[in-house]
Amino acid sequence: MSATGHPPETRRVVLGYQDAEDLGAPDLPTEPVPLNMGPSHPAMHGTVRMVLEVEGERISSADIQIGYLHRCFEKESEYATWTQIFPYTDRLNYISPMLNNVGYAMAVEKLLGIDKTIPERAQFIRVIVGEVSRISDHLTCLGASAMELGAFTVFLYALKAREWLFELLEEVCGARLTSSYCRIGGVAYDLPAGFDEKLRDILARTRVVLSDIGKLLERNRIFRDRMDGIGIITQADALAYGITGPVGRSTGLAYDVRKDHPYLVYDRFDFDVPVGSVGDNFDRYAVRVEEMLQSMRILDQALAQIPAGPVVHMDPRISLPPKNETYNSIEAMIAHFKIIMDGIHVPPGEVYSYTEAGNGELGFYIVSDGTGRPWKCRVRPPCFPATAVLGKVLPGLFIADVVPTFGMINMIGGECDR
Amino acid sequence: MAQIVLDRLAAQFRSGEILQTGSQHGDEWVRVRRDAWVAVATFLRDDPVTDMKMFIDLTAVDRFSTEPRFDVVVHLYSVSRKHRIRLYGGVPENDPTIDTLCPVWEGANWYEREAYDLYGVRFKGHPDLRRILMYPEFVGHPLRKDYPKEKRQPLVRRSQTDVGD
Repeated sequence: MSATGHPPETRRVVLGYQDAEDLGAPDLPTEPVPLNMGPSHPAMHGTVRMVLEVEGERISSADIQIGYLHRCFEKESEYATWTQIFPYTDRLNYISPMLNNVGYAMAVEKLLGIDKTIPERAQFIRVIVGEVSRISDHLTCLGASAMELGAFTVFLYALKAREWLFELLEEVCGARLTSSYCRIGGVAYDLPAGFDEKLRDILARTRVVLSDIGKLLERNRIFRDRMDGIGIITQADALAYGITGPVGRSTGLAYDVRKDHPYLVYDRFDFDVPVGSVGDNFDRYAVRVEEMLQSMRILDQALAQIPAGPVVHMDPRISLPPKNETYNSIEAMIAHFKIIMDGIHVPPGEVYSYTEAGNGELGFYIVSDGTGRPWKCRVRPPCFPATAVLGKVLPGLFIADVVPTFGMINMIGGECDR
Repeated sequence: MAQIVLDRLAAQFRSGEILQTGSQHGDEWVRVRRDAWVAVATFLRDDPVTDMKMFIDLTAVDRFSTEPRFDVVVHLYSVSRKHRIRLYGGVPENDPTIDTLCPVWEGANWYEREAYDLYGVRFKGHPDLRRILMYPEFVGHPLRKDYPKEKRQPLVRRSQTDVGD
């Protein structure tokens, strides 16, 4: 990037630690040795097991085994009412639960046919909390990956900024992680008083943190040597595997759901979609940094444009009556009871709804049979294909390259294993 | 929006490979005869008008008590044309097999393993059809509607001397 003096497209791509081999070091006879990394490994985050076969330091084959965090999301959803699924979605990508809430709510709204009539303020709030979550998601990914490469300061800086954002979201919904903030038809509560000033202040401070992180990493020899040219994913692979989000865009694939299929009010904002050129770890780092800055642009515009009004769809069949009515009139009490106990009635049908989550296209494929519960509620997790491609990317790399490559994929166990 | 994809398929496959098409909530779908599964997928990928280069999702649905019992459901996307399509491939209970899409899109590999793991649909020609989310010792396919939600299969490995406690 700019700090290095090399724009990404002219960056010299070096292949890891090739130097020793270039010097003509004799090939020592090796035999393949199986090596287990994970499911719980100190140099990696997440619960994933990699069964590597190594010859010397070089990986000859990799078998990625997921499923250690499988919590039967789909099976549980088939026995829950439509509203009861929100807490489960929090625990999919637990770094950015708001984005999952929004994705699921939009899928059910599409099935109900009310997706065009969600109050504007609710749509703006969804964009705002979603972009805040995206920034915290990327900060976590960068911080954790940098820490695994020895840059502990970066981790602390990134987590400091994430903490500001989490505290802000805590003020909005009362929880740091398990937000369950969205409702079918809108959001649970309005933004708290003084939200815009706080968010603007936090964004200003986060920009400083990002610039500090950039200074620490982008001209850092250790960081660059372990990121540049390592773990290259080609654009053809990104298409064949269905890799979207920052990992997909690092390969030059300019696909962002917010831009290509604008949902909520994303078509009213001016923002760019950063893409990489090489598809290596450094491109994934650079795309994430730029995306955070673009999210901040969106947030600035959203704060300036947000209108006043209701925050949930005013349909008594879908949304709960206001609390003071519930406590003071028998009709509202019964309506409240029916929605809580029987659930919302969603007509039979099938729908695929997709949003841009922290890791890419988060899809919900929902089959409803008209009872109060979904017949099937499938999540298309964006980091699932990105983890799958590791089996193809890792062979040929060194054992040490697994750590930054896996970190930059940003596999989130809760989302990948569901 | 993706009506053009349905038109292309109707023009290309005239001998009953396309069983049914439709559109709901803005999503276009196609029900494909099981033996034409790979042919239709390959055509959608290679035809310049459809250009479905991106493999989005593969899963299965258990339509318990209807025939065929399972549907394999595939979502595809075209980055250049910005349109999507959903394919259904019906799979009967007594012969839950369908051809693999791995040669068409490499990424189908893990999704098909997942559909096999959770629904028991077998993909003919799949290079590595193992369980993916459940452990290898697991018995049954948990997302089938006849698998009870409360059923537990604790994975306890005992040493030989413990057997018989």
